[in-house]
Amino acid sequence: MSTSTPSIHDRIVAIIAEQAMLDPAQITPDASPAELGVDSLGLVESIFAIEEAFDITIPFNANEPEKSDFDISSMGAIIAAVERLIAERG
Amino acid sequence: MSGPRRVAITGAGTVNALGRDVPQTLAAMREGRCGISPLEFRDVERLSVRIGAQVRDWRAEDHFNRQQIALYDRFTQFTMLAAKQAVAQSGLSFQGELGLCSGVVLGTAGGGLNTWDENYRAVFEEGKNRVHPFVVPKLMNNAATSHVSMEFGLRGPSFTVATACASSNHAMGLAFQMVRAGAARVMLSGGAEAMLCFGGIKAWEGLRVMSRDACRPFSANRNGMVQGEGAGVFVFEDWDHAAARGAEILAEVVGFAMSADAQDIVMPSAQGAERAIAGAMRDAGLNPDEIGYINAHGTGTAANDKTECAAVAHAFGQHADRLLISSTKSMHGHLIGGTGAVELLACIMALRDGIIAPTIGYEEPDPECALDVVPNQAREARVGAVLSNAFAFGGLNAVLALKRA
Repeated sequence: MSTSTPSIHDRIVAIIAEQAMLDPAQITPDASPAELGVDSLGLVESIFAIEEAFDITIPFNANEPEKSDFDISSMGAIIAAVERLIAERG
Repeated sequence: MSGPRRVAITGAGTVNALGRDVPQTLAAMREGRCGISPLEFRDVERLSVRIGAQVRDWRAEDHFNRQQIALYDRFTQFTMLAAKQAVAQSGLSFQGELGLCSGVVLGTAGGGLNTWDENYRAVFEEGKNRVHPFVVPKLMNNAATSHVSMEFGLRGPSFTVATACASSNHAMGLAFQMVRAGAARVMLSGGAEAMLCFGGIKAWEGLRVMSRDACRPFSANRNGMVQGEGAGVFVFEDWDHAAARGAEILAEVVGFAMSADAQDIVMPSAQGAERAIAGAMRDAGLNPDEIGYINAHGTGTAANDKTECAAVAHAFGQHADRLLISSTKSMHGHLIGGTGAVELLACIMALRDGIIAPTIGYEEPDPECALDVVPNQAREARVGAVLSNAFAFGGLNAVLALKRA
């Protein structure tokens, strides 16, 4: 049986779940990284993992996360932002 | 048996983005001049962070011979120039017995990072299978300390301290303790860093704490640190020895304290910082209201500046509103392991000249940094005692206390 490529959504959830040491099923779209137990260092590491997974560059400065063009307020926002960056990359 | 000795600073030297010596550097600090500009080195176009406080137009061959250049990484070169200036100002000669009871303790975080970078590039990128025979003695973190000891014949206690951004303050604190305890009569101390190369900045980019446009410590719109490079070296001398020979004393080192946060590898702790600040005052026998100026760690990151201000506010109580605190990193950048050494110059200027170096780049007040940060313009103020803060990644804190001589 052939397996389909995991979706962007599933790959991002897997990255955050690994960082948060949770089961992917526990990663809900409205949860913020902080609510999932991902601290600032964990977030920077997750962003790096996402960049590596999708070959994109994520504009994120830990000093002013709210001003970055990359919305990290919830899992849903992160996934949408990654999808946009992948589309922009072409 | 004699009691603790007093410790005089009788010489100072520096190379950094603001100047090639102490007078040039202090002039730049008085003027609030910024040494930060676009970085220039190989592969800079592959970086997302492209600004820094670089020592411009540095030509090693103007200062050193061929054999020395083969052994001196850039951080050692900066150190040697700074050390020569400091020793010349002190007027000391270390021939004979004085050399036997004098030493060197310097701080650096990266050591010969340019040498690592160049030789990794040679073997990995260019595929070479041979490197220069002096790569190891050139890159080792104690290279600068050893070359200073050889240059001046300093045969006493000598070593290098590596505690990231607190390296120089730890080094100078240990030098102070050794002279005070009588373990050495003279110590050359300070530190150096030369991390402005492709690999050095690429590593820092990863943490996402670097600014891409400016260093604005304590300003509400600050967005990260900016790296600098260079060295600062001082002559710490037994006070009675200095006085007996009629030496000019630039300032007195009176206290030092260290602490560890024991908490997080990168996030600072206000409690850890406060314990080092209070400890330095206690070691010096100074009351909080005797401190007129603090040279802040003030990196310009969101986390450091608010944590440092909270620590100062707590350590000083009501006096926190009357003291002056500035971050000169806004001008010379963050010299990482060398930063405390260059920042000690601002402390000496405050004590000797009554001029407080400003925090430049200050644009918006931050309620979490509600102290007098001497925004943008130097200020005249007569201060009798000062502190210099350094709080390293890894939660290692080192604070020095100085008094007017």
